[in-house]
Amino acid sequence: MGSDPPGRTGELSAELGRTITVMEVCGTHTVSIHRSGLDRLLPPEVRLLSGPGCPVCVTPTDYIDRAMAMAFRHGVRLYTFGDLLKVPGSRESLADARARGAEVDVVASPEDALRLASSRGGPSAFLAVGFETTAPTIAAALLQARDQGVDLAALCAMKLIPPAMEAVLEAPGTRVDAFLCPGHVAVITGLEPFRRISKEYGVPCVVGGFEPPEIVRALERILQMLLDEEPGAESAYPAAAAGGNPAARRMMDRALVPCDTEWRGLGIIPESGLCLADELAEMDAARRWPVEVPPAEDDPACLCGEVLTGSAEPPDCPLFGERCTPRSPVGPCMVSSEGSCAAWFKYGGRGLD
Amino acid sequence: MTSELVESLFLPRLGTEQLRAGEDSGMAGDRALSIDSFTVTPQDFPGGDIGWLAVCGTVNDLAMVGARPAGLAAAFVLEEGLAGDDLARWADSMGHACREAGTELVAADTKVVERGAADRAFVTTAGVGVIPKGVRISAALAAPGDTVLVSGPVGDHGATILSLREGLGLDADLKSDAAPLVEPVAALLRACEVHTLRDPTRGGLAQTLNEVAAASRCRIELDEAAIPVRPGVRAVCDLVGIDPLEMACEGRFLAVLPKGHQRRAMEVLASQPLCRSAAVIGRVGEGPGDVVLRTRAGARRLLAMPLGEHLPRIC
Amino acid sequence: MCLAVPMKIVQMDGPEATVELPGVRKRVRMDLVEGASVGDYALIHAGYAITVMPEEEALETLSYLREMADGL
Repeated sequence: MGSDPPGRTGELSAELGRTITVMEVCGTHTVSIHRSGLDRLLPPEVRLLSGPGCPVCVTPTDYIDRAMAMAFRHGVRLYTFGDLLKVPGSRESLADARARGAEVDVVASPEDALRLASSRGGPSAFLAVGFETTAPTIAAALLQARDQGVDLAALCAMKLIPPAMEAVLEAPGTRVDAFLCPGHVAVITGLEPFRRISKEYGVPCVVGGFEPPEIVRALERILQMLLDEEPGAESAYPAAAAGGNPAARRMMDRALVPCDTEWRGLGIIPESGLCLADELAEMDAARRWPVEVPPAEDDPACLCGEVLTGSAEPPDCPLFGERCTPRSPVGPCMVSSEGSCAAWFKYGGRGLD
Repeated sequence: MTSELVESLFLPRLGTEQLRAGEDSGMAGDRALSIDSFTVTPQDFPGGDIGWLAVCGTVNDLAMVGARPAGLAAAFVLEEGLAGDDLARWADSMGHACREAGTELVAADTKVVERGAADRAFVTTAGVGVIPKGVRISAALAAPGDTVLVSGPVGDHGATILSLREGLGLDADLKSDAAPLVEPVAALLRACEVHTLRDPTRGGLAQTLNEVAAASRCRIELDEAAIPVRPGVRAVCDLVGIDPLEMACEGRFLAVLPKGHQRRAMEVLASQPLCRSAAVIGRVGEGPGDVVLRTRAGARRLLAMPLGEHLPRIC
Repeated sequence: MCLAVPMKIVQMDGPEATVELPGVRKRVRMDLVEGASVGDYALIHAGYAITVMPEEEALETLSYLREMADGL
């Protein structure tokens, strides 16, 4: 049985009469799309590309090296989300370091790190990685740590999605016609940052939920906007209100400030990261335990930079599936289970037979 | 890591035809023989404990080659200082599991090691079993046209242990499904022709069916919507970002059998207390030794061999 | 990155709350949301509620929950 494209995507795409490229910038969207096989059901004229929305993928190797150096040279206990544990630094991962005696604990919440640091004492640092969805939770936990006098530092590598979207649009060789915007980032930020991008670059930005029917709904809105030649920013995800979550943003503003930061595969993007505000400066792990680590170096054959900006697909990379596999990843896109290369590898890419 | 070790270290040095075939139990003369070590932490969990699990695990490995257990042996490596009450409780569970499985412990050994050298207790059980005449079950016998059944909802054991071990702070109706499968398997074998039996333990259904597809050199096609998963398991999996199809079961089995025997098999399973939620989940076809999933969205994609240790994701 | 799961608030206790899905219950932080009530659904990420919606809206619009309800 040949399946019709889902919802109205077939009919709208036929009416539009040209091939379009929609970039999704959220690792959770990448996984949902590949896991459900949605990309194989869409009309071929609707091309889905994965963007740099995987915070683990875009964390440079020297962040991992720095964390391990702090653990080994200064006896700092590290608290980390599970996602970071197997990411290779320049020589080994946090999991390897743990096997060699470094104190590394996986937590599912920054609040767990706070609780554990409080009960154990001793120098400890939370590996603060994530986008706008996670940053408020980290901000809340750090402020609580400060208020309760708990000795918990933070090694910051949090990032903001909209500057990365702009970097993609500015990158030579990218052709993105619309964005499927991350649902849970938008729950926090609201539509304002996407409105700005949509207006400046003339691209539809539609916030989508994560279940396949919700993604289809968002794609239908994108197609309609392109048909009407009225690009704009809209939420097709009821949980993401236009105004976002002001309380969460206030929490972020109290603890964090924007700063220039390096994205693996993309280089330094100005004002794209979140660092500790002055009033929490003493919690900055990088300042408290300065360590010298070799500068981050990516394998020259690795095409992650191009994959992250959508100008290459995983199989285009010479390392894909050969030297670079989920079990022994070379580049960031394979490292995280949400990376484009990892998703492609695991779910069989575009087709099966 | 464990199967890589077997492949890279043991097989070249100790490898026999049987070890290479990788069935759940081997044959020693005309008896089935199986062995397994249990290092689960925590040792006590909703639905069972290490003692219960140690017996179920081995009798189930025997059942997966069609054998009824004829006797078990157990070896305990105990950490110095282990509470007598804990050990007594686990021993009681072993006894209970043996009675449920219709077998007994005929040999046992204990060693005590110093504090820190073992995580409270490691248990190894070995079992000998008898295969009824004429019964031949193997992962290599799945054939195109066969149907694939699962005896109940998947992932209960893995989800329970994961939520406890990672301190996810969940109170759940969740409990391990660990149970001896001797009776349902025997009932099935009396009523139907069965080609393959496997219990989806480590790596869950995804790992187990990939092993079968590889051994039989076929393609197993599964229907995602047909695979039963309890809401509590789904919730744990969603919270930690892990696929229920990769979560271990300790009281479920997959059966691959000729399509013509499907109805009879489902009737037999429906009459078994442990298998009331049994379901037809797929079929066997020609293919390169892989597993394909027809997703709820209606697409077909690969269901790959799982990679290894599960870490709760939030990303 | 952004695994967040909608769960029903069954109890509120200062900055924390107990949330539930069929068969599963969890303690979470409420520092990031305002105006939540017992019976509402909270979207939970990394142990925190990041938004709250009334039950009718949640059940109607979160297809995920509908699917769960249709499940086992």
